[in-house]
Amino acid sequence: MLKHYEISGTDFSAAGEASSNFKLILKQLGLPADIVRKVAISMYEAEINTVIHGGGGTCDAEISDKSIVISFNDNGPGIKDIDLAMKEGYSTATDTVRELGFGAGMGLPNMKKYADDLQIKTTPGKGTTVVLTINL
Amino acid sequence: MKLSEVKAILNAEFLAAETDDLNINTACGCDLMSDVLAFVKDQSLLLTGLINAQVIRTAEMMDIVAVCFVRGKRPPEDVIELAKKSGIAVLTTEYPLYTACGKLYEKGLGGRGSAQTL
Repeated sequence: MLKHYEISGTDFSAAGEASSNFKLILKQLGLPADIVRKVAISMYEAEINTVIHGGGGTCDAEISDKSIVISFNDNGPGIKDIDLAMKEGYSTATDTVRELGFGAGMGLPNMKKYADDLQIKTTPGKGTTVVLTINL
Repeated sequence: MKLSEVKAILNAEFLAAETDDLNINTACGCDLMSDVLAFVKDQSLLLTGLINAQVIRTAEMMDIVAVCFVRGKRPPEDVIELAKKSGIAVLTTEYPLYTACGKLYEKGLGGRGSAQTL
């Protein structure tokens, strides 16, 4: 099963709608609660990043027999230093984002923690693709 | 602890709740949603001073069953509606975050493990 989502870069209150919808689908499919939660948390963090850093983009989520693969694509500024971005506490988020409870430098570390595999392809000035894999 | 006890201890008001007969096993007091996302426990209560929609979204992702806003804060109506849609109970208490957490902890509602395991 393949699901496609458009992620708005301007409507912060809508951030998380894709993750919410996909979580519901996984629950309806009867997947184990720990798998559903791993997907929900890592996907939600990636979705928030797509909104606050990427300026919006797209998300494609695929469920197969062996795994769930979720890909976020944006045309934002890209990540200059991935090693630095992976460090807990490092963030380039604005004060506005921080006031909303994010931008604490925990997004990528949380994705790495909950997904079984995390791949990041980024080109400064062109955009970022984040691929999360959760094994079934 | 039942949600009805939480409400009584915090002298709180329900803004959304289908039932007050929910079991609350642990609680988390936090204004940083990414920290909440690093905290995984079932049947949890989140106490926070943030009142935007992402608090409810975060609760939804974590299967948090109830959110209590502190310092008498009331979220906008669309945030309460989102909580209702997600089946998450919402309360508001006049107590500040530290005091609200302390009152619940004193009555036996624990957090997640010891300092060594965090």
